[in-house]
Amino acid sequence: MKTVTKLWIGIVILAVLSPIGILIPQFFKAGDAWGEWGLDTLRGMVGYVPKGIAKISQVWKAPMPDYAIEGSSEKGLFTLSFSYIFSALTGILIVATFAFLLAKSLSKKEKKKPL
Amino acid sequence: MHIPDGYLGPATSVATYGVMLPIWLAASKIVKKTLKARQVPLLAIGAAFSFVIMMFNIPIPGGTTGHAVGAVLIAILLGPWAGCIAVTVALVVQALLFGDGGITAIGANCFNMAFIEVFSGYYIYKIISARSKVNSTRRIVAAGIAGYIGLNIAALTTAILFGIQPLIYKTVNGQTLYCPYGLNVAIPVMLGEHLLIFGWVEAIITALVVKYLQKQDPALLRSERIAK
Repeated sequence: MKTVTKLWIGIVILAVLSPIGILIPQFFKAGDAWGEWGLDTLRGMVGYVPKGIAKISQVWKAPMPDYAIEGSSEKGLFTLSFSYIFSALTGILIVATFAFLLAKSLSKKEKKKPL
Repeated sequence: MHIPDGYLGPATSVATYGVMLPIWLAASKIVKKTLKARQVPLLAIGAAFSFVIMMFNIPIPGGTTGHAVGAVLIAILLGPWAGCIAVTVALVVQALLFGDGGITAIGANCFNMAFIEVFSGYYIYKIISARSKVNSTRRIVAAGIAGYIGLNIAALTTAILFGIQPLIYKTVNGQTLYCPYGLNVAIPVMLGEHLLIFGWVEAIITALVVKYLQKQDPALLRSERIAK
């Protein structure tokens, strides 16, 4: 099997395993990454929401915030995991396609060297 | 390590975009000259790998979470300029589609993870692995050390961007406008957690994949010489 094929299989396996990236932190009661708090968490931590954060945090509404399908976080761990895997696969597809097209447009055609 | 929208003031956002713009331009120029057609799928895999490995949040029990980035690994395989492009693609999609990292902070997040980590990790690997055989243990150790230090330097520059906000923007009625924590908090926390935990994860991942490729396809570990 070609290395590239094997590496793709590895990536898909990672996507399927990705829910451990939310389940294990939940188990250990670990919250957001440092500096990536939502507005409510921030209010709890510093007693107020800094005005700039309140304003600028609204400039962009991502279609799948926190790698979740809308509403999946209220429906239990199974749905949450499923929606995380779905996000992983969607993201991988888009990232890989975009990177591939970009790299292809930049790369030079390989000249066959005479042996 | 993904700075969200609002944590950086406008000046920092503009400045980091301003720093990244010539780097992105240089990267596309250099990659245009050096990237071979057969390396194109590898760049796509690298970007996808970086994207998905960042979804594996690692907990500090009762505290925060963090993750590996995979940036040093891509730089080892494809060189730093192609690595910069691959990680940039992952970060842009994370910000636009998944709200992981702000769109006003894409410049800053790319500076930390697609530039600082990629280049520091790449050159540390080059120095430690210099003149070693492609299948040598030294290459594996070099990859691990480069991953560890690369991620930690990126954590430090991220902490600095967070921490300078209270210095740049005066507080109003005792309230900060943007990131509420200064350098005295941001640096020890960000660097501490990466030195203690997340850096080791980056080290192990980088070293293990290099070890795997030594057996599976050692040519990949040589090919970056072409794509310098």
